[in-house]
Amino acid sequence: MTYQPVLTARLGKIDPASLQDYEAAGGFQALARAVELGPKAIVELLREAYLLGRGGAAFPAGIKWKAVSEAPAPKYVIANADESEPGTFKDRILMEGDPFALVEAMLIAAFAVGAEQGYIYIRGEYPQAIARVQHAVNTCYNAGYLGRNILGAGFHFDLEVRKGAGAYICGEETALFESIEGKRGFPRLKPPFPTECGLFGRPTVINNVETLLCVLPLVLRGLDWFKSIGPEKSPGPKLYCLSGRVHRPGLVEAPMGTTLRTLIYDYGGGVSGSGELGGVLLGGAAGVFVTPEHLDVSLDFAGLRTIDAVLGSGVVMVFDTSVDMKAVLRRIARFFRHESCGKCYPCQLGTQRQHEIVERLAAGRLRSGDLLALREIGQTMRDASICGLGQTASGAILSAIDRFGFDEHTGRFLRFDSNW
Amino acid sequence: MASPGATILEAARSAGITIPTVCYHDHLTANAVCRICVVEWMGSRTLVPACVAKIQPNARIYTDNERVRTARRVILEMLAATVDLSEAPELQTLLAEYGADPHRFGSDAARREHGPVKVDNPFYVRDYDKCILCWRCVQVCAEDVQFTFALGFNGRGFETSIATFFDRPMPETTCVFCGNCVGVCPTGALKGKREYLAAQGAPIGPR
Ligand SMILES: Cc1cc2nc3c(=O)[nH]c(=O)nc-3n(C[C@H](O)[C@H](O)[C@H](O)COP(=O)(O)O)c2cc1C
Ligand code: SF4
Ligand code: SF4
Ligand code: FES
Repeated sequence: MTYQPVLTARLGKIDPASLQDYEAAGGFQALARAVELGPKAIVELLREAYLLGRGGAAFPAGIKWKAVSEAPAPKYVIANADESEPGTFKDRILMEGDPFALVEAMLIAAFAVGAEQGYIYIRGEYPQAIARVQHAVNTCYNAGYLGRNILGAGFHFDLEVRKGAGAYICGEETALFESIEGKRGFPRLKPPFPTECGLFGRPTVINNVETLLCVLPLVLRGLDWFKSIGPEKSPGPKLYCLSGRVHRPGLVEAPMGTTLRTLIYDYGGGVSGSGELGGVLLGGAAGVFVTPEHLDVSLDFAGLRTIDAVLGSGVVMVFDTSVDMKAVLRRIARFFRHESCGKCYPCQLGTQRQHEIVERLAAGRLRSGDLLALREIGQTMRDASICGLGQTASGAILSAIDRFGFDEHTGRFLRFDSNW
Repeated sequence: MASPGATILEAARSAGITIPTVCYHDHLTANAVCRICVVEWMGSRTLVPACVAKIQPNARIYTDNERVRTARRVILEMLAATVDLSEAPELQTLLAEYGADPHRFGSDAARREHGPVKVDNPFYVRDYDKCILCWRCVQVCAEDVQFTFALGFNGRGFETSIATFFDRPMPETTCVFCGNCVGVCPTGALKGKREYLAAQGAPIGPR
């Protein structure tokens, strides 16, 4: 473990309310360097670094930035800090502990793509993060880092903090635009994509908080450093949200592509509860379950595709063999039923029907035909839903049934103790 | 040959190929919510909605294969298990055509029930047990025709419903009683008052 954390380096070491502390700990050096480099070079750097979005969809940030940098003004940059994926807590910790870093990263994004207005959209249930980021924004206005003619470099940038109101769907980028525009959070049809038609119908860069924060060390330390971390197809530092039955759960900063084994046994101190690993949920409720056979797979976007799993927002939720897996699945099904926005039929209807069947599964009362219906509903939601919510609403449930030895006759998961 | 900028649906129509639609209406903004029109576009991760996706040269598109038919059938099954489709003949036809079995989810599967028919004005009634959430009424009430914005949404997910602001009775909203919503409703959820009374068996005199 020789890796030196960069994204979490200042956490707990500086006063999150102090601009002086931030500056003394290297703050705003990346912005100064970015201004030296100029917009074109930053966009190029991002493209070459092949920084993949950390919010879930793993889209190359450089492609978005380039498209928007070449589009006509007015345009916008947005930090997606809605962080509502169950098991995800990285953005909250970053915003609470190092809020000026997010402001600095937004400034670099705006400078690079030529946006003069930005928004930080923070999950409403994060009052501490909202207060600290708002304080950082206010302080930066007073210090001349926000507003007109920043650093005397002739560029202008206004930054506003917006609060979510408790809907998971408002983290979906186009629903988030609707929400900022004051409308109900329904996802839009894509295409057109945000880089062409985003907030207020204008070209928009929207990135996850962690994606944006990766830009700071990239600008400061350069391409070679960035590429030296993690696998070639999916490089850079990564935050893993390690939770569940491990002795030391918490936020782990490690190179992209760290193995599950390293995370659970080195960082997490091993499996708690029964002490025996049952399975791991990767990517949160929208993710996929994997089994102990997958302990040595590389936890990066490309590596996980080889085992039909996803990294998503970096959730690594560990379950020991004593866990009531049926109750876990019931909770996941209820979550999607509750959070579906109701716009498209497959998800509006499918999350309800899925929940009904999973309730029966959990109660040991599956009827004949239920499993086939569950699979067909899952396939239909994945194939025909408008947005990622419906497309991923069945993945965890079906992967558990396929990978944990579900016995249709006894209604038990063979991999888990069934004494409950 | 399809004209440039045409949707898959338009291109298919001009080639004499039928793709089923439910929410789509020729004269309204397509919100692509029902997903009945989905087709398989080779190379695309998901199916794509033919009513909005633009056709491209050399695209390989399957409008009626197994994957497409399964999605359509399951959507129809789930819809019929949820909503009263007794006055929606086109949907009945589709259900039969796709061999859809709405009973597969059991007799205890939740239905969307909204209580009594809303009779709160002299012009039309609203029977939301028959509403399939096709969005057409919302669309005509908004930018597509009337710009009155009297109709919107309540609830979410399975519990989504078409509603006025704070569920106020129609006369207390911005509604101007143009009747456009009644005209585009495909399921009998919105109905003229005379038609409603007649359907209830009341003897109705000539207009
Ligand atoms: C239902 C749903 C919820 C989402 N929630 C979030 C979220 O809370 N935070 C986030 O960064 N991305 C979220 N996303 C992904 C965003 O749509 C988008 O891909 C992301 O903001 C892009 O940023 P990135 O490329 O930096 O990851 C969500 C997607 C879906 C479908
Ligand atoms: S997939 Fe679900 S959340 Fe997404 S648009 Fe459709 S109903 Fe809404
Ligand atoms: S009331 Fe009729 S037109 Fe309006 S959404 Fe329901 S079914 Fe469609
Ligand atoms: S007809 Fe295309 S989605 Fe409804």
